[in-house]
Amino acid sequence: MRLTPEEEAMLAGARGEAVRDALRYQVAVGEFFGAERFVPITNAHMMGDIEVMGDGGLQWLKDYAALGARCAVGTTTNARCFDFAYCEKLGQDAREAVKEHELIACLRRMDVVTTDTCINYQTVYQPHLGEHVAWGDTGTVIYANSVFGARSNFESGPAALAAAITGRTPEYGFHLDAYRRGSFIVELCARLDDLADWGLVGKLVGEPHQSYFSVPVFHGFHRTPTADELKHMGAALASYGSMGMFHFVGATPEAPSVQAALGGRPPEERVVITDADLDRAYAAYGLGGGDARLVVFSGPQQSLLEMKRLAQLFEGRRVKEGSSCFVTTNGAVLAQARALGYAGTLEAAGVTILEGVCFYILQNLTLMRINNGWQNLVSNSAKIVNIIGAHRFNTILRRTQDCVDIACTGLLK
Amino acid sequence: MTIQVERAFGEVVEGEAVVSEEGFSPRYDLDRWSGVITKPGHKLEGVSLKDKICFFPTAKGGIAAGWAFYDIKWKKIAPKAFIFGVTNPVMVQGAIFAGIAITEGWTPHPRGEVATGDWVRVDPAARSVQVLRRNS
Repeated sequence: MRLTPEEEAMLAGARGEAVRDALRYQVAVGEFFGAERFVPITNAHMMGDIEVMGDGGLQWLKDYAALGARCAVGTTTNARCFDFAYCEKLGQDAREAVKEHELIACLRRMDVVTTDTCINYQTVYQPHLGEHVAWGDTGTVIYANSVFGARSNFESGPAALAAAITGRTPEYGFHLDAYRRGSFIVELCARLDDLADWGLVGKLVGEPHQSYFSVPVFHGFHRTPTADELKHMGAALASYGSMGMFHFVGATPEAPSVQAALGGRPPEERVVITDADLDRAYAAYGLGGGDARLVVFSGPQQSLLEMKRLAQLFEGRRVKEGSSCFVTTNGAVLAQARALGYAGTLEAAGVTILEGVCFYILQNLTLMRINNGWQNLVSNSAKIVNIIGAHRFNTILRRTQDCVDIACTGLLK
Repeated sequence: MTIQVERAFGEVVEGEAVVSEEGFSPRYDLDRWSGVITKPGHKLEGVSLKDKICFFPTAKGGIAAGWAFYDIKWKKIAPKAFIFGVTNPVMVQGAIFAGIAITEGWTPHPRGEVATGDWVRVDPAARSVQVLRRNS
């Protein structure tokens, strides 16, 4: 990589060991991908909690903070694995909760703003067209690249933190024009009335095109998509397809037309998504033994408008005795949802609202599954039904209204 | 038999190959306490990756992989190397952070060239993966 005199000095330790180590690591990553230089960033968003980091990661973080590491740009945290108010009720490990407190304190010493959200793009920071950022999780990255036209690669926890410390990131992948052009086109001929439908589109398009540098161009949809719809589709594309960007003609800033989104290249493939495709995909989820005692609205965290919709659907109903229904969101959304009465309605219905977490990274989730005898997990999130597999749930995607009915009746269909 | 890779990081390592026809995420597929693939239906379900040279055609989503590789290395259940057909930045960032060898891109395709149980040598500087001994 070509380094500026400032970066050479950083590598030589002029700004301390923490900056030196971070830049050295970033150079190794940049050289792997053939990056020629660094680009300055304005914002970082990192994943860092005890469930993903483990004891080794926590020790590393403590040692790193002790070197005097401080963020050079605004830096926020992704959803974490504990809502401390529910630690005991969920049967989570108190010793791990202590470590999580230590980890949070450590991040704050480094000037990280612990927002604990995977919907930073809806509630915290909205980068503008062409703005370079260093974000993770994958759902935040695909939203930043696609909907805002900002520029980020998938930045894992250590990589986002390194970028936060040095204020820059290697210029490869989606920081470069060449990688942002659409590679294949998808005609959306389905109605897509529910958020689960949008996630399912992400699965149907992502699964057969697993490649970080595959960029689908969506077109032909009969109306303007909402932010929550693009959020669910993007999260699923990233999850099933490992994709970091999409274009949606007429909706996203680098796609005024199909031709513009493709950047003058012919599409590698043309895909059409119809209602029949969605119906087949829903029907393909195996129901196992019919267990319907766990319904989850999470992955990504719920926006305020999703909270409002859930409150409307649960109004006057009750989660069936013996069943569990979880909603996860961030602190900002929850505060507003409380003020507006949505949270109260959900809790009156027996729904458990977890703050600052995502269900799939909850500490002790496998044991939770075993202790509760859960076999199936039902959700309207295509992302979560994909990513929770290692905890050995049988997962089933259903539309939002169906999920609410399943939670309240205990009947799976 | 030698496979050339396009990009690589890490020290020279040798070990037993595990060849997968399915992509990989240490978060979606792996039990990070045992090092065994536990996702139901994964083509390697039940297989331990500890100390293995792992061939995967693709990487799956998952920012958390960045910490997960360091975590499994700390727990001494990590593979020795990841040989990806196509990967994503998280896998690379995570492997480099953990000091695990990683490569991307292969010529020829390992299908039919390397089998699970073969003993292979990964030389990142030479951009090569060599089969030293066939699984008999």
